[in-house]
Amino acid sequence: MKSLWFVIVAFFWVGFFVLEGFDFGVGMLHSFVARDDLERRVAINTIGPTWDGNEVWLIVAGAATFAAFPLWYSTMFSALYLALLIVLLALMARGVSFEYRGKLDDPRWRTAWKWSMTLGSAVIPLLIGVALGDLLHGLPINRDHVYTGTFWNLLVPYGLWTGVTLVALSLLSGATFLALKTTGDFHDRVTGVARRVSVAAALLVAGFVIWTGLVAGRGFAPNVFAAITVVAALAAAWLAGTVREGWAFGSACVAMGATITTIFAELYSNVMVSSTNSAFNITIGNAAASSYALTLMTVVAGIFVPLVVGYQAWSYHVFRQRLAAPRVARP
Amino acid sequence: MTELSRWQFATTSIYHFLFVPVTIGLAFLVALLQTAWHRSLRWGGDPVYRRLTKFFGTLLLINVAIGVVTGLIQEFEFGMNWSAYSRFVGDVFGGPLAMEGLAAFFLESTFLGLWIFGWNRLPRPIHLACIWMVSLGTILSAMFIMAANSWMQHPVGYTINPQTHQAQLTDIWALFTNPVFYWGYLHVIMASIVTGALVMLAVSAWHLRKRHQVHAFRKTATLSLVVLLPAAALVMFFGGRLGINETKYQPMKIAAAEGQWNTCQPCSFSAFQIGGGNNDQNPDLIIPIPHLLSILATGTWNGKVEGMNQVQAQYVKQYGPGSYVPIVFIQYWGMRVMAYLGALIFLFALWGAYLGIRRRLDRSKWFQRVAIYAVVAPFLMTIAGWLLTENGRQPWIVQGLMRTTQGVSPSVSSTEVWISLIAFASIYIVLGAADGYLMIRYGRKALEEEPEAEDAREEKQPEGADVPAIVY
Repeated sequence: MKSLWFVIVAFFWVGFFVLEGFDFGVGMLHSFVARDDLERRVAINTIGPTWDGNEVWLIVAGAATFAAFPLWYSTMFSALYLALLIVLLALMARGVSFEYRGKLDDPRWRTAWKWSMTLGSAVIPLLIGVALGDLLHGLPINRDHVYTGTFWNLLVPYGLWTGVTLVALSLLSGATFLALKTTGDFHDRVTGVARRVSVAAALLVAGFVIWTGLVAGRGFAPNVFAAITVVAALAAAWLAGTVREGWAFGSACVAMGATITTIFAELYSNVMVSSTNSAFNITIGNAAASSYALTLMTVVAGIFVPLVVGYQAWSYHVFRQRLAAPRVARP
Repeated sequence: MTELSRWQFATTSIYHFLFVPVTIGLAFLVALLQTAWHRSLRWGGDPVYRRLTKFFGTLLLINVAIGVVTGLIQEFEFGMNWSAYSRFVGDVFGGPLAMEGLAAFFLESTFLGLWIFGWNRLPRPIHLACIWMVSLGTILSAMFIMAANSWMQHPVGYTINPQTHQAQLTDIWALFTNPVFYWGYLHVIMASIVTGALVMLAVSAWHLRKRHQVHAFRKTATLSLVVLLPAAALVMFFGGRLGINETKYQPMKIAAAEGQWNTCQPCSFSAFQIGGGNNDQNPDLIIPIPHLLSILATGTWNGKVEGMNQVQAQYVKQYGPGSYVPIVFIQYWGMRVMAYLGALIFLFALWGAYLGIRRRLDRSKWFQRVAIYAVVAPFLMTIAGWLLTENGRQPWIVQGLMRTTQGVSPSVSSTEVWISLIAFASIYIVLGAADGYLMIRYGRKALEEEPEAEDAREEKQPEGADVPAIVY
């Protein structure tokens, strides 16, 4: 049951990064690849119907951790205090910018929200990536499972690399998604961006996989995921910028998903590694909720997860068309 | 340190809860408007309902954006600032939170996206179902949060694990049959519907006053009054039942809310007084109303209400030395602001109903003027209500089980909390200003005249075509 919940929590994190990953990518790219406000709106509209639902994956990942592993939730969130603060501010700035940027026809207003969306979309995967890297790399945690470090202890090189890798993967899936969802001039420009980003992403992923092996390297299953990560990243790099846009986007998503899975597979059965003393590690054993609570949550998740996946998939199906700027609106 | 975290939690949650009732209330009202449009299709369709749906839908979206992002902060703050609390109650408290995400947030956000972008894409009945799903999502989300909050007021369905000394869930059903929960939940939902109705009424009244599109805004003024009148009555009734339950489970909270230092039977209600704070047990009672407190607190004519001094003595015996009296001033005035404004809103709704029946809503300048300013009242009541219920729980973070001072994160420094408090306050001020500005601007806009073609296009679904969908 505890292992099942570890998998479920990991599943929510994977879902969050795969889905919100291309949202982040589009958010970062929209201010650079679009030439005018109309193109920016088209770019944002490609993720418009679904980004909000995607973001809930983060909320549920947090809440599921709280419910299934209260100790993990409490230690992790208090340890990451300032980093999470920045993530939260970015989430706020980004979330509101979707709704507010189009509400006033004033260039300064739009520019402000444009940058809040761009920066927010970059900061969130970067810092959450650093945090996920830290879980695996280890943080100073004492006997009582209390974090004893400061903000600066969070910025370990491995964590930073993980964060940058996730940003690059977000850019890659965002660019391939835009290529998949747009037409014309804009589409061609995005394709070029996807091609360039894909090379950087593949290199970062390769570095990440090697470094992860040095930091953790815990056996067969994680190595399988690491291999999938590398293959998918190479495939995405190969396919990006070609006409097989669906496959390119799919490979980018798999690379993202496999990267997160690798982290969790390496982590298992710890949930937070203590750099002070491995005896102080937080594990699924000492962090889990009672079996009654876990059973209850298993029933709830068993009902709602398929339902949620179903209606979210349906919403992607509803908005499956490519978007183009309305011709009449062009000056 | 505890104080700082308390300040942060109080300001962020009160701020969050300014937008939540608007969202719950407006989502419900917008769903009603769209249903009205849908029903009118039988006789050819009244486009005014469609325009009203979009108009108030925009006001809804402006608030949802802030409601969602500020709600995010709430979830993370439990772990960030109150990690000792989260550890202690996670087994019980995490469940409803996770259920809220799985059952409510996904529903609300996914279907909101479908609703915003689905106008010309989805078949009409399905598009209508989307807004109802959004409304359902908001109402469900409040349910799980209230279940979790009520557990802090009156813990049920748990044991304390002898090894870990942490609360452990034994009966989830108890959380949802907690008498503090269901009366509190119904009270909050009705208060949200009152809020939404008053927002809609204020906007409609402003347009009626300016003689803008009277035909359209008379409809929303009427609709909001039809919803407001029963909701305003029910919110008082449910609040009353909640009060009686809290007298039983949290006697200190109610004693402080009434400024009642010593046990009384029968008890008169203090309608107005000067003084009576924590250091003044003999206030100048200005308007006492005999028997009313007994009725309010116990539901009987001669009911006994325990005083703060007696409850304090009992708690010292039970839990050890310390002060168990919350800030009386907040309790006393929180209660009165909520109750008096609630009663005034009910009278106001009666006045509106009378005018509506006489078909004079669009002509009564006085009613319209009051309606525009009345929109402030539900927000004051919300603030007062949460101050009353959360301050009344102090010094407990979980009534009788854990003190607030024991709940804070040991690893977080006060510098860090200062930084976050200032950061949140600044961004909240900016967002609040943007929200208020957009609400006023969009509330004053004229209904958009939609081209005839818009409706026609809905009939045939453009498959595979370049669909212009410029929303953001």
